[in-house]
Amino acid sequence: MAQYKLNINGQTYQADVEPDTPLLWVLRDNLGLVGTKYGCGIAQCGACTVHLNDQATRSCVLPVSAVGNSKVTTIEGLSADGNHPVQQAWDEVDVPQCGYCQTGQIMTAAAFLKKNPKPNSEEIEAAMNGNLCRCGTYHRIREAVKVASTKTK
Amino acid sequence: MKLASAAGGGLLLAFNWTNAEAKPKILDPTAEAVANSIEFNSYLSISPEGIITIFSPNPEVGQGIKTAFPIVVAEELDVDWKQVKVVQAPLNTDKFQRQVAGGSGSIPHSWTRLRQAGATARQLFINTAAKRWGVSPNECTTASGVVLHKGTSKKATYADLAVDASKMPTPTDVALKDPKDFKLIGTFIKNVDNEPIITGKPLFGLDFYREGMLYAMIKRPDAFGMKLKSVDATAAKAMPGIVDVITFENNVAVLGKSTWQVMKARKALKIAYEQEFELESTSDHDRIFDELLNAPTASVRRKDGDVEAAFKKAAKVVTSEYQCPFLPHNPMEPMNFFANVTADGAELIGPTQTPERARGDAAKYLKLPQEKVTVELTRMGGGFGRRLATDFVMEAVKVSALAKAPVKLIWSREDDMTGGDYRPAVKYRFEAALDEKGTMIGYKLRGAGINAGNPTRENNFPAGAVDNLLIDSAEHKSPITTGPWRAPITNFLAYAEQAFLDEVAYAAGKDPIAFRLELLEKAKKTPVGDILYDIDRMRVVTELVAEKAGWGKDKSKAQGFSLYFSHRSYVAQIGEVTMKNGKPEITKVYAGVDCGVVINQSGAQQQTMGGILDGIGHAMYGNLTFKDGVPEQSNYNNYRLIRMKNIPDVEVHFVDNGIDPTGLGEPALPPTGGAVANAIFKATGKRIYKQPFVEQDVLKGVS
Repeated sequence: MAQYKLNINGQTYQADVEPDTPLLWVLRDNLGLVGTKYGCGIAQCGACTVHLNDQATRSCVLPVSAVGNSKVTTIEGLSADGNHPVQQAWDEVDVPQCGYCQTGQIMTAAAFLKKNPKPNSEEIEAAMNGNLCRCGTYHRIREAVKVASTKTK
Repeated sequence: MKLASAAGGGLLLAFNWTNAEAKPKILDPTAEAVANSIEFNSYLSISPEGIITIFSPNPEVGQGIKTAFPIVVAEELDVDWKQVKVVQAPLNTDKFQRQVAGGSGSIPHSWTRLRQAGATARQLFINTAAKRWGVSPNECTTASGVVLHKGTSKKATYADLAVDASKMPTPTDVALKDPKDFKLIGTFIKNVDNEPIITGKPLFGLDFYREGMLYAMIKRPDAFGMKLKSVDATAAKAMPGIVDVITFENNVAVLGKSTWQVMKARKALKIAYEQEFELESTSDHDRIFDELLNAPTASVRRKDGDVEAAFKKAAKVVTSEYQCPFLPHNPMEPMNFFANVTADGAELIGPTQTPERARGDAAKYLKLPQEKVTVELTRMGGGFGRRLATDFVMEAVKVSALAKAPVKLIWSREDDMTGGDYRPAVKYRFEAALDEKGTMIGYKLRGAGINAGNPTRENNFPAGAVDNLLIDSAEHKSPITTGPWRAPITNFLAYAEQAFLDEVAYAAGKDPIAFRLELLEKAKKTPVGDILYDIDRMRVVTELVAEKAGWGKDKSKAQGFSLYFSHRSYVAQIGEVTMKNGKPEITKVYAGVDCGVVINQSGAQQQTMGGILDGIGHAMYGNLTFKDGVPEQSNYNNYRLIRMKNIPDVEVHFVDNGIDPTGLGEPALPPTGGAVANAIFKATGKRIYKQPFVEQDVLKGVS
């Protein structure tokens, strides 16, 4: 076990865990930030996506010991009150069915739009292809990313 | 941290509309957000401050029931949607019937009950206001949660009337709205849980946390057919955070203080297994299917006329076989459940499609009366039928009982994919006899299944439309466990049947839609035996989708048609395929859907589009194979699900016929494989007889 100081959503959190513990499980089990989801544990589904220094990152394969001083943003910290343009678009388009994968989808979309604020459909598909949605909400995810891009200044 | 959706817990006392003397009860003041509310029936409470709470009893698995049910109550209650707060009700068999998410049955079961619940409360408020004002209830009307008196312009909100209303007798035989006056039903209403979903609030079973609970994972045998011989848990027990290792049945449960610690310790278990049953491989299944299809006898499911005579005199016979592998459900949230078993009872919290079965199984195992077991429902990260079973609930119950501790039992993705309860593998042989005019005078179907039960749906189309018909089935019992998978059986049978009928239409020299319409016409004029589908509704969805897709108009388009009735709803689809770099690509799917009244346009569109993508995804890629009893795929790196780059355009059209609504969680899926395979045939001249499509010659090399 080792002590880690983590910069998450602009706050400092402490966790006493083994160094190989994936950030995902530190967030969920130690810090109570359960908006980041477990889907596969091998970086294949995207449900666990967080931002590491603004880059979309799969937290299920990122050992806590590798986080260091990086700035971590989770869905809980994406916006103060759920009004990030991507979150607004997700609600307006009414994307969720079961909803389980959607926080990971939103985090992937938010990081993508920060780099590419006015994407075309092919760019959206390429960016979002790594996130699985078993309910098949892909049409609405694609539409919501487009809607969000119109809200992003 | 407290699970938001547990807010409905602690409600009290049964109330049932059938008991007109029963008085509304004041809710338990500890119930979150509904403090001081007055309960007017099982579905509805109103606080004097004006909060209208509608309880949604059925498990929410992504099918949108938590939004759809309250829409129906709110419609008849005549309140604005923004006045409504929706709360998930826990299992309560005194208040509710059929708290199940399965069989696309929730809406047809509850439609009238929900309407009556809303309408009866509305009438109660009218009666209360009329009494207060000394006027006749007939002179009063309602709008947006307010009772209005026509003559005097007097007004009172439901909230103002709530306390007085709670002392009034419950009205009976209340009239329901004329559907043309619906204001909410049929509009676009967003998922009631959007806000907590998109902000990452704890909603799902895996998010549940209770102070002092232990995390538990189970090591199960790798192969179906093996059993536990011996366990050495010394190393696992010595690892950090591990509290206990418990062996029961063929399972070794590791309990600890965090998920990761438990995952790691589970890998350190040293377990020996021994063979109990045959260790089957996919190559065995291929052989077994052929034996079953060729066996001299099978269980007869339906027999009309004289099939042998029809085939003897046939001008042409068409025979084809269609095969489907095992499929795991793969909900994004793996199986999990919380159980706290104590000497006094058991508290169960988590994602289940069948809370009543969970309670019954737990009570039976623990030898407790049912009322000592409570079940609270979390939102489910998908289910697709997997959470109809209670194996994972019972694992949590057993581990909690043995450990004497509150336990959250978790499956990893690998556990989930290799843990059984699969869609059964099946193979079908279809045979059609055509006379010289191309009329189908004989039809035979044999279904061979592995733990599939009846792999046919013997009363579905074309039964009723063919004079001489034989449908039978044969079964192989296997150690590989199976269960219902979204649109059980029909999820593949519909593709096989609709692809075969396409073959027969071509053999008869007829347009595939005209061929089916002819059969429907015959079933209407001269029905053969029982017909359990509505012929006119079949025809209407067919004509709707044909019109929307411009069937046959543009000869450069490769289109394929499919039509299926399942779970009380009717869906016809047309797939379109375009050749790209010499390979067929699915570019569009049109759907014509008859589910009666559409309660929520948004939810209905979602279920249809999602069902179609599910149908395409599994037809194209789904494949779970076995080697010596061990599943050969275990996670998304070697089991492929459909992704955004793979989706075609989808266009959905609903029939507007005012018929009482039927379910939509499943019916859009079954026709899709057929629409796609028939379009691929149109584009390439090649039939597909086996899933997954991407492994068949015609699609080899398609990404």
